[in-house]
Amino acid sequence: MLNGTEDEEKWLAEGIAGIQHNAFYMHRALDSNNLREALKYSAQMLSELRTSKLSPHKYYELYMRAFDELKRLELFFKDDSKHGVSVVDLYELVQHAGNILPRLYLLCTVGSIYIKSKEAPAKEVLKDLVEMCRGVQHPIRGLFLRSYLAQISRDKLPDIGSEYEGDADTVMDAVDFVLQNFTEMNKLWVRMRHQGPGGVREKREKERSELQDLVGKNLHVLSQIEGVDLEMYKETVLPRVLEQVVNCKDDLAQYYLMDCIIQVFPDEYHLQTLETLLGACPQLQPTVDVKTVLSRLMDRLSNYAASSADVLPEFLQVEAFSKLSNAIGKVIEAQVDMPAVGAITLYVSLLTFTLRVHPDRLDHVDQVLGACVKKLSNIPKLEDSRAMKQVVALLSAPLEKYNDIVTALTLSNYPRVMDHLDIGTNKLMAMVIIQSIMKNNSCISTADKVEVLFELIKGLIKDIDGADVDELDEEDFKEEQNSVARLIHMLYNDEPEEMLKIICIVRKHTMVGGPKRLPFTVSSLVFSALRLLRQLQGQEGDLVGEEASMTPNKIFQLLTQVIESLSAVPSPELALRLYLQCAEAANGCDIEHVSYEFFTQAFVLYEEEIADSKAQVTAIHLIIGTLQRMNVFGVENRDTLTHKATGYSARLLKKADQCRAVYACSHLFWVDDQDGIKDGERVLLCLKRALRIANAAQQMANVARGSGGPVSLFVEILNKYIYFFEKGNKQITSSAIQGLIELINTEMQSDSTNPDSVADAFLASTLRYIRFQKQKGGVVGEKFESIKL
Amino acid sequence: MSIPLAVLGLSLLAANFLIEAFKPACSISIKFSDGKTRKRVPIKRENGQTLLAPLFRNQENIAGKITIEPHQGKRIEHNGVKVELLGQIVRELDVPGDIYERTTYPFEFSMVEMPYETYNGVNVRLRYVLKVTVSRNYGGSIIEYLNFLVHNYSPPPSINTSIKMEVGIEDCLHIEFEYNKSKYHLKDVIVGKIYFFLVKIKIKNMDIEIRRRESTVTGATNHVETETLAKFELMDGAPVRGESIPVRLFLSPYELTPTHRNINNKFSVKYYLNLVLVDEEGLRYFKQQQITIYRLPLQNT
Repeated sequence: MLNGTEDEEKWLAEGIAGIQHNAFYMHRALDSNNLREALKYSAQMLSELRTSKLSPHKYYELYMRAFDELKRLELFFKDDSKHGVSVVDLYELVQHAGNILPRLYLLCTVGSIYIKSKEAPAKEVLKDLVEMCRGVQHPIRGLFLRSYLAQISRDKLPDIGSEYEGDADTVMDAVDFVLQNFTEMNKLWVRMRHQGPGGVREKREKERSELQDLVGKNLHVLSQIEGVDLEMYKETVLPRVLEQVVNCKDDLAQYYLMDCIIQVFPDEYHLQTLETLLGACPQLQPTVDVKTVLSRLMDRLSNYAASSADVLPEFLQVEAFSKLSNAIGKVIEAQVDMPAVGAITLYVSLLTFTLRVHPDRLDHVDQVLGACVKKLSNIPKLEDSRAMKQVVALLSAPLEKYNDIVTALTLSNYPRVMDHLDIGTNKLMAMVIIQSIMKNNSCISTADKVEVLFELIKGLIKDIDGADVDELDEEDFKEEQNSVARLIHMLYNDEPEEMLKIICIVRKHTMVGGPKRLPFTVSSLVFSALRLLRQLQGQEGDLVGEEASMTPNKIFQLLTQVIESLSAVPSPELALRLYLQCAEAANGCDIEHVSYEFFTQAFVLYEEEIADSKAQVTAIHLIIGTLQRMNVFGVENRDTLTHKATGYSARLLKKADQCRAVYACSHLFWVDDQDGIKDGERVLLCLKRALRIANAAQQMANVARGSGGPVSLFVEILNKYIYFFEKGNKQITSSAIQGLIELINTEMQSDSTNPDSVADAFLASTLRYIRFQKQKGGVVGEKFESIKL
Repeated sequence: MSIPLAVLGLSLLAANFLIEAFKPACSISIKFSDGKTRKRVPIKRENGQTLLAPLFRNQENIAGKITIEPHQGKRIEHNGVKVELLGQIVRELDVPGDIYERTTYPFEFSMVEMPYETYNGVNVRLRYVLKVTVSRNYGGSIIEYLNFLVHNYSPPPSINTSIKMEVGIEDCLHIEFEYNKSKYHLKDVIVGKIYFFLVKIKIKNMDIEIRRRESTVTGATNHVETETLAKFELMDGAPVRGESIPVRLFLSPYELTPTHRNINNKFSVKYYLNLVLVDEEGLRYFKQQQITIYRLPLQNT
């Protein structure tokens, strides 16, 4: 093969040398106005183009050299004062050349001047030229010759308004000429497939594609003819071009030319001739990439539609959508072997088209999706990843267009298309949907839509049969489930009735999510329900009576069931938090027994499920915090609960944790509200107990490690003392505080105590606070006065 | 005047009469009376040079003046002076006597029957010559020749059918060719078309040739000479079924003569169009068709 290339280079060099040599003598003849010699040497020069040894690429190089020389020759021919021969005689004279290729190049050159001279009608000369060129049947040589003809004639067509305009049918003459040249060139080009330079098929096809623009240029010229109006395009130009395209039965040519037609002629012509253009598609060879052709057409029309609103009525008038839709159906039907990706790509284009052209016609969108479903259902399993991508594109297009999932939810075929996705892609698409909702902040406000939505994203909601769970990436899974959790917050309706329905639907779907998903979804669901509760409260009065089904009790029942589902996970800590949230909500609704029940559940979880000491500490503080805020309880219930909480606190594993939990419990007996409980005695009991525990902790530390435990516990308790002292708890006296301070100071100075800068600072700022309060004067200052530092 | 006037010189026998051994005693010049206006046409001489010769046609008057000028005041004694149109006509210009000074004799051959054109072929030439002889008893006669040409014109034929024919090799090549006429004048254009009905061979190119067949009769033997006067490429590359290739061949660049049929039982000149297809292996497929060539009267003289 290397030799082949080298040889070609050599042949090209020889050809160029031949052209240069003869061009030199030709120039001399031109300079001395010697027509005879000029003809002789130009013919010899052009004989170099008779070579069969060059590939199209190299032949083009040679052609361009000759082309440049012909321009000089043309200038000479044009000036008859130099050679004294009329253009008519010249036209004959060049035909004396014995070899056909030089003869025809010269004839075209003189022909161009002949037309310019207007001594004969342009159409006659053109007709003669295009007919005479038939003599060159060699594909490459013929293509270049005719390309030369097209080149020299393009500004001399008898077009309307052109200086070469002829009689009434003048445009037709121009069109006929270009069409004929086009047809002949295409025939030559197609023929290259079967003959022409040898070598492997691929190489030949590659060489052919290098020549495609020579053929396509004719279509471009046609599109530039002023006189080709819609009527003529419809009646003559397009049918004849298509006839040639269909009849040539060559896939490369058909694909290229269809694309060429679409690209060179104006959009409105396409629109008005859609039927004809589309009618050709099923007639093309099965190997032609019709889908790309159609896609390009639809892209162009889409852009056209987008260019101006004024053109939209045109689209409606010609029923562009149904025509395109039909055509696509036919092509898919005709091309049985078309891979799924091809068909789906077509649908994507059609969808894009209708979204741009008829954004209001959701039925079109649904129709396209429906067609796609039909196609997909014929395929047992979609495994082609490119096809999958196209399906995703198909599904994403309406979302992007409408920026609103709500619209997509009304499309009945949307979920059916999603069913055909593989599990991974299905999830991906579900994520796309959720992200679209998030991005646009769309609120899904009816139960029906929520139902559809969950049907769409079911890939995220539950395990699907056949899914390989091991393959799940933990990170991805978390992200997916967090998205679902976020999504639940976007489902909202102001009407409690509808909102309840929504919640029920969400519950129905999320409950089947399995232990891995529940922790993510349950919280969202719970908070969504709690929001509904607040909604209800906001409208209280006018609702409770007439909507019997819609009571807070009902919602709390639902909440209990939801939270209970977490036991399957199990996730006791989360459940506990949620129970406490519910308890607080019930408190807000002033329903004591429900609130009590939630606390009971939380305590049961604490006792039975939460074994980890750290988790216990967290849980107990949550319990204390929540319980402290409760105001719904009667004395008895409250006592039971606080008793339990205090008991739990004292039974924590670490002394320090015990201590902190116990002094926190002191707040359960002193609620700083107007009607809050204020049991100073029990507060003091708690604090004293905390002190005892702190002391014990200190001693244990001494025994175990030979050094004192943390002094900070004492400082913390001191702070509680000061708090209650300030709040007016009579049981907390200044002397007790003073005693505590002394105790701390002693502890700190003891040898066994490790220096602890944090505790020091804590103490220092506590004392500073006392001093500050003392200096305040007034009631507060007086109160603190008794504390001696 | 029953024998048409012409000199047939078969080139093998052609003797060079014009070589003279010694310098003549006088110069003889022949001038046609309309010499200044008469059209002159180049003819090729045997030495390859061309010279312009006056052109006549059948039944024209051939008239002029012959001037004999003795050199350096010499006297030429002669037995008579005559002028002949070689082959036939003799005019006595002078009775025997002496010429002392420049003497001019007018002459005229009226309505000379010259039905055959001047022809310069491979093996045969048809010439017209004026010969002036000053007969002498001694020193040899003094002779001067003058070539002139005869062209005869034909009106356009009243019937001129096209040539159309299907030819081929079974299952291999099947074509039809069509030439617009069967009779062409010398400046005519052959217009036609070649249709390809079946092409199974790999054609490289197609040419059309103009061939001249000159047959001469010498005694009992018939000698045929064929020349290709024109070779004109019609097609480059291989056509496919259904293709039609135009033919347009201008005859003016080629040195053709009219067709001559049986000139005085001595020779004939016929023309053929030969369509030649050459395949990639260099094999030639051809079909020859006779055409008639005639001479149209000149448009402007």
